[in-house]
Parts: sequence; structure tokens; C-alpha cells
Amino acid sequence: MKPLSNCAGSKKTFAARGANAPVTALHEINLDVPRGAILGVIGRSGAGKSTLIRLVNGLELPSSGSVRVDGVEVSALEERALRQERRSIGMIFQHFNLLARRTAFGNVALPLEIAGVSKAEIRKRVLPLLDLVGLSDKVDRYPAELSGGQKQRVGIARALATNPKVLLSDEATSALDPETTEQILALLRQVNVDLGVTVLLITHEMSVIKGVADRVAVIDEGRIVEEGATYDVFTGPQHATTRNFVASITGTQLPEHLAKRLTAAPEAGKEALVQLVFKGEGAAQPWLSVLTRKLDVDLGIVQAKVDHISGRPFGTLVVSLPDVAKLPALLVTSKELGLETEVLGYA
Amino acid sequence: MPEVFSPQILKLLVDSFVQTLYMVGIAGVIGTLIGLPLGVFLATSQRGELFAAPAVNAVLGLIVNAARSTPFIILVVAIIPLTRLIAGTSIGTSAAIVPLTIAAAPFIARVIEAAIRGVDQGLIEAARSMGASPLQIVQKVLLPEALPAITLALTLTVVSLIGYSAMVGAVGGGGLGDLGIRFGYQRFMPDVMLAVVLVLIVLVQGVQSLGDSLARRFDKRSRH
Repeated sequence: MKPLSNCAGSKKTFAARGANAPVTALHEINLDVPRGAILGVIGRSGAGKSTLIRLVNGLELPSSGSVRVDGVEVSALEERALRQERRSIGMIFQHFNLLARRTAFGNVALPLEIAGVSKAEIRKRVLPLLDLVGLSDKVDRYPAELSGGQKQRVGIARALATNPKVLLSDEATSALDPETTEQILALLRQVNVDLGVTVLLITHEMSVIKGVADRVAVIDEGRIVEEGATYDVFTGPQHATTRNFVASITGTQLPEHLAKRLTAAPEAGKEALVQLVFKGEGAAQPWLSVLTRKLDVDLGIVQAKVDHISGRPFGTLVVSLPDVAKLPALLVTSKELGLETEVLGYA
Repeated sequence: MPEVFSPQILKLLVDSFVQTLYMVGIAGVIGTLIGLPLGVFLATSQRGELFAAPAVNAVLGLIVNAARSTPFIILVVAIIPLTRLIAGTSIGTSAAIVPLTIAAAPFIARVIEAAIRGVDQGLIEAARSMGASPLQIVQKVLLPEALPAITLALTLTVVSLIGYSAMVGAVGGGGLGDLGIRFGYQRFMPDVMLAVVLVLIVLVQGVQSLGDSLARRFDKRSRH
């Protein structure tokens, strides 16, 4: 199946301003948004993700290369056709961007008014949408009377008003607390599954990717450095930036007092620290007890984290081994059990 | 001080009050008709904005600044030929509306510009993402969202115009200010001067209160 949206060699340069040199926000981006999927783009501030998402609905135009949505080359449309095309591309924002002087109803009605839909038709469309996002009791409330989560629900209803094929989410949960974030992500998932809307979201939070994205692309300094199914990228990060993001959520960074004592070579009185990563089917085995029994070793647990990504378990464990002589045997047996191993050092 | 309340003086006071309302009202309405679109344009025509036309913006800005830096009393006499062209005469209350309008329009343009610029840029981006045209963005987003600020801006304009209108006595414009100068000052009738000032205070107070309460009613940003 052809991707719903695709960027081919898209490059974006912002012109020089005063004494500043031109800034290249995106270098040669090639990215497919699979139809019906939720694709998350993760990157730090200034990595270019805001520019990337704005290429899709033509709020930014690429300096070179092309951007397509459902076969239409957005980047080549003239202004009037582009406005028409934007009606099939919904967008939600970090700060919601609701009109303060319109009620929830009025805000959801806005894109329909812009599209020239009749008043009766607007009523028929808006109320079910507010119902869908769970706000049927807040129809006549102004944004100032709503919580952050409720505001974003209005934002989602508004973005869906014109029946878009794709929903762009620009850091939509970054201004929300973790619990509200979970609820908004669940709503996005529901929209994706029930309405078949493809979702492209950008975020700087790994928890958002973990919570909702089928696929993830990691963007760093204007380049996509890694892209794939969320589980694969999480469990086998290749690029340094990806590893940092994964570490932020798997908690595989050693506590500081241990990291300070860590040496690369064995020393008297120090224990070996080994990181064991288990994923997929292997994760279900009782391998810790198998290891200790088989090798007759004592293992201490320094750090452990088990997570479920896309419904599959994924764990990272850092163990300490006092009997350094048994290290080679531990590594061999671990590999046989399907674990990934890495000797972190001695502490 | 019985002469203050003599029927003649009272009639003068009432007539002058009506003249002031008439001049300020008409100048305010026409000034708004010119200043509102001008202000919206000034607020949306810099580089990268909805109606980007930086050169036109700069020229209009210059004209607005020039009009605003001319002292009002000089403006009144300087444009007498234009006043005669438009009003048919350069003397009297109706004629005074011309300089008042010409002073009001650029003032309104600037206060409207500030009100429009107070609207969150994110709203413009959201409207663009929905496929709104620049004109729709002005109609459906900028003007409605700026309405509380615009109300306060126009209130400020009316209060300033009431002040300006005191100076059109120089061309026989009449009005409260003129009454105060001619009777209170030139005829040594301080009671008349005091009465004029009191009426002006009440008028300005009333206009400001009305503006404030309308702006509050339009503003939905705070919980009620």
C-alpha cells in the first residue's frame, strides 16, 4: 500500500536575517507516513520537527524536494488549492490555539464555517464530534472554563470537523500532566482505530512514542537518523540520540555514585556490572534463576526495568557479579538464553 | 451665582453639550470607518504576515505618524482649504468635524493595530491550518478575538476626541470646550467654566464606564 504522506528529499532553509547566516532546518528528509498508522517523530528542541510537521500541510514550504499527501503534491499547490487541501489535513497544537471568544461548539464549528458549510449542517456535525471526544456536557463552555485536557479534546474535535485523512499533532500533550497525557493519547488511538485517521505526531517525550506510536522516526539536527517499528527502535537503538531517548525511559543510566566508581578494567574488591537486555519471547522465561542455578553464581540486581512497548515486554537489567572469574561463562550462557549482554565495567 | 443658571446660560450649556456629542460622534464614526481597516492592514502587512506588503506598510506608517505628530490646533488651521472643499465652509460645528476626523483616523489606526497584534499568533496558524483565507482570518479570528481590546481602544479614542473638540472653538466649532473658554475665561465667568468642566468630567466618566463594561462583557478569557 502506498504511504499516505511522504517527504522526498525535502530540504528547508530559512533565509538569512540581518547578520545571521541562513539556517538549514531540514536536510534531505525522506520519510513515509504509512496509511492508517500512528507515526511519531521524536527529537530535541530545535531538531527540526516543528518545521517537518508544517511541511505536510504547507504551513512551511520546502526549499527543495517534494511533500505529498494522498498523492497530492502539497508543496507544489497554489494558494487556493492548498487551502482546499488543508481541509483534509487536521492539526492540533501544544497550546491548543482555541478562540477565547468562541465556545467549545463555536471552536469546532470554525473550520466548517471556513469551508462554507451551512448552519444546520454544522450543528449536525459538531455535536457528535463533541460527543466523540467526551465533551457533550461542555458544548457551551468557553475555553477559559475548561481544563487543559478538555481544551485539547476540543482541539481534536475541531481538527476532525472536516473529516481529514491525516491528523497532525504538534506536541499536543507537552503542556499536559502525565495522567491527562495518557487520556489524550488514548483518544488519539481511538480516533486512529475507529475513524481510520492516519496520525503524524511530533514530540520530545519518549513516553508519548511508547504510549501510542506504531512507528517512530528519530530526528536530530534536521536529519532523520533512525526510523522503524517502535518496538524495534526501542529495543535496538542504533544512533546515539535514539539511545539517549531510550535511556530516558528505560532508566538504564547508572546512578551517579556507581557511575563515578566505574572502571574499565577489573580491580581488587570490585564487582563486574553487566547489562542484560531481554525482549520478545525470551523475556517470558525465568532466566534469572536459570542463570544462577546453571552457573552457580551470586548475582546482585543494581537496576531493573521491565516495560511493555506495543504490547510486547522489554526489559533491561543491570546485575553485579562479585565473582569476576565467572564473567565469561555468564556472558556465554546469557547469549544462549537469548539475552543481549554488555559489560558496563567494574565498580 | 444665579447667572450661571439663568435660562440663557443653561441653554448655551445644553447646546454646547449637543454640539460636542455631534462632533465627537460623527468624527468617531467616520474615523473608525477609515482607521479600522487601516489599523487591521498595519497589523497584518509586515514581512511574512497575512497581507505582506512591507513597502506599503512603511509608507502608511509614515503618513499615520506624520498626522499624529502634528499638534491638533495646527492641523485645524492648516487644513482649512480641505475643510472648505469637504464641508463647503471652514467655520462652524459641521466644518470642525473634518479636522477632528483627520486627527481621529490615524489615532484609531494605531490603537486598532495594537489590539490586533495582541491576538495570539497561534490562532492565525490554527486558522491557516484549517484552510482559512487571509480575509476569513481577519473576519473570523482577528477581529472577534480582539473585540475586547478594540472596544477599549475606541473608548480611549472617544475620550481623546472630547479633549480635541475643545480646540475647535478656534474655527467657530462650538462645543463645551469653546463655551468654557469664551464665557468662563474671556468673559470672566468662572462658574460657567466650572460647570463646563463638571459636565466634561461626567461625560468622560460615562464613556469610560460604558467602554469598560462592554469590553468586560466581550472578554471570555476569565471565568465568570
